[in-house]
Amino acid sequence: MATQQQLPEIDEYKYGFREKDVSVFRTKRGLTEDIVREISKKKNEPQWMLDYRLKGLRHFYKRPMPQWGADLGGLNFDDLTYYVKPVQNQGRSWDEVPDEIKNTFDKLGIPEAERKYLAGVSAQYESEVVYHSMKKDLEKEGIIFLDTDSALQKHEKLFREYFGKVISFADNKFSALNAACWSGGSFVYVPKGVKCKTPLQAYFRINSESMGQFERTLIVVDEGASVHYVEGCTAPVYSSSSLHSGIVEIYVRKNAYCRYTTIQNWANNVYNLVTQRAICEEHATMEWVDGNIGSCITMKYPSVVLKGEGARGNTLSIAIGGRGQNQDTGSKMIHLAPNTSSTIISKSIAKNGGNVTYRGKVHFSPNAVNSRSHVECDTLIMDDKSTSDTIPYNEVLNKDISLEHEAKVSKVSEEQLFYLMSRGLTEQEATEMIVMGFIEPFTKELPMEYAVEMNRLIKYNMEGSIG
Amino acid sequence: MTVPELKIKDLHVSVEGKSIVRGFDLEIKGGEIHALMGPNGTGKSTVASAIMGHPKYEVTQGTVLLDRENLLDMAVDERARAGIFLAMQYPSEVSGVTNADFLRTAINGRRGEGNEIPLMKFIKTLDKKMQMLEMDQAFAERYVNEGFSGGEKKRNEILQLMMLEPKFAILDEIDSGLDIDALKWVAKGVNSMRSENFGCLIITHYQRLLNYIKPDKVHVMMNGRIVKTGGPELALRLEEEGYDGMKAELGIKDDETVEA
Repeated sequence: MATQQQLPEIDEYKYGFREKDVSVFRTKRGLTEDIVREISKKKNEPQWMLDYRLKGLRHFYKRPMPQWGADLGGLNFDDLTYYVKPVQNQGRSWDEVPDEIKNTFDKLGIPEAERKYLAGVSAQYESEVVYHSMKKDLEKEGIIFLDTDSALQKHEKLFREYFGKVISFADNKFSALNAACWSGGSFVYVPKGVKCKTPLQAYFRINSESMGQFERTLIVVDEGASVHYVEGCTAPVYSSSSLHSGIVEIYVRKNAYCRYTTIQNWANNVYNLVTQRAICEEHATMEWVDGNIGSCITMKYPSVVLKGEGARGNTLSIAIGGRGQNQDTGSKMIHLAPNTSSTIISKSIAKNGGNVTYRGKVHFSPNAVNSRSHVECDTLIMDDKSTSDTIPYNEVLNKDISLEHEAKVSKVSEEQLFYLMSRGLTEQEATEMIVMGFIEPFTKELPMEYAVEMNRLIKYNMEGSIG
Repeated sequence: MTVPELKIKDLHVSVEGKSIVRGFDLEIKGGEIHALMGPNGTGKSTVASAIMGHPKYEVTQGTVLLDRENLLDMAVDERARAGIFLAMQYPSEVSGVTNADFLRTAINGRRGEGNEIPLMKFIKTLDKKMQMLEMDQAFAERYVNEGFSGGEKKRNEILQLMMLEPKFAILDEIDSGLDIDALKWVAKGVNSMRSENFGCLIITHYQRLLNYIKPDKVHVMMNGRIVKTGGPELALRLEEEGYDGMKAELGIKDDETVEA
């Protein structure tokens, strides 16, 4: 357009800095049975966990790459390092964390956030959690918040009861891979009736080149309890690819509530292939709030299995696909019991030649009578180079349900920009305003501090996205 | 402070290669209100959009000077910050952005960094102006124009005008689709702006709005330029005789009329 200003193409990634490698141990590149045994031995695990890992490994070898979704052809499993131990011991205070690693988390503002508004923090660097803390009063209420490795050591019985029960190692190729070489992640247990009022946060950072990060998170919210868990992820920019392939399993018992918020901002050389699933018992509620901003390819479909009568599942997600990015995301709601309900609201933005795909599934079993689901997919396309797709799957096996699906694709229009600019906003400000308005249903669901951060992140991300 | 001046000289505008405005001249000074009237398709709205800088409207000739600065060299937002305001016939909707946020961003954009309007002052001013336009408080928190009725959108345009306090405003058929009450609120808003620091060009088909906002000058536009200028009595005459009488008087043939 005639009035357009020439804006510089800013594609810098703010979190792309790297620190020098201070790791105390790393496995050789590639993945062999020996490496899996080595990881398990280093962690001093019980035999059953080693057996589980090996089952996962065999399935991983056997299982072909998925033939649907994004193109994973650029991912070379032999180039990756599957386990990097950054420090000898986990820190309980930030002073115990080596300077190189502490610097990273300082830059990311984690210690500050912890002081201000978090109930507990877990910080994972490469394969291990390097810092962990929780407020004392939560400990007194019986809440367990540990890195997953420590939880296996300290609460083996509880751990074994739930581990691998929501997502089988054989679920998909990447769940098998994670089963084989998982390390780190969080374990959360909230006892009956306990409400954890402020969020628990985990922060994941990859620092090494060609690194595979396979954290494993397991959250159990017991009857009538509630918790909000938040995770964030970043990595330095390298020319070669890294892989993040986490598993999140959540068990929400009767009348319990869980919200899981992700702000994923990996550098754009990271493949982000994550399996997240929750099981909801009677009248339990699970909410996924899922923000995918970074990575080169993300394939991620947070799911809720509505197993108990009256259970509820919600997913609210945004995905931003910029240059060289393919965000293949969505959600699955599996209705297995009567009177269950679910909502999926997906907001996607495609810009600078990026791609966003909504891929989702809603399933109603014969038993899921009087259940309902509402799915809404909105896409905002910023330019002619960018693309989007909406691929919903619906499986309805009984007549007594209600299912609504709405999909809308819009473009930032010349008229809208003209209108806002005629009030004195620059083209940049006007574009930002349209984008922020578009994702407002998402940001308003974030705790205030995150919403502010999210807005900042998106503004930064949108810079140079027009022209 | 010197009285602002808007000088449009020999303006020619094309839309998609088609010449619509052909030699439009107009001068407005601060303190003056001008009305621009004329039959459909004579290029009135094209003049308005071209002055604001809509990308579809190509200025092929002429100048638009605001206090000696050529607006045509500026981007849309720069024109706005220089002091031009266009109340649009079809204002856009912006989902997820509240009226209040939008206005505050626009005001602060004009004031510049480090000179932002204090929040309390903003709220007080907004409340006052909304009261004057008899707008419900809830409007401030509603998304910009989303789900607004035609009348609400027009009132919202006037609210923006009052909040942004430009040197010159062009009201593009602000009266179309308004009932008599809404018309009065709009007039009240515009009249409250009257001062020697503010000039206004009202584009309208009908004389009706001019009963409430008394213009200093009335211009009649046909075939892409102003063909007659007079006082308020000219609008009354048009109301009685219609445009055909004037066409005959001026010897303008119908087939010359351009389409917008």
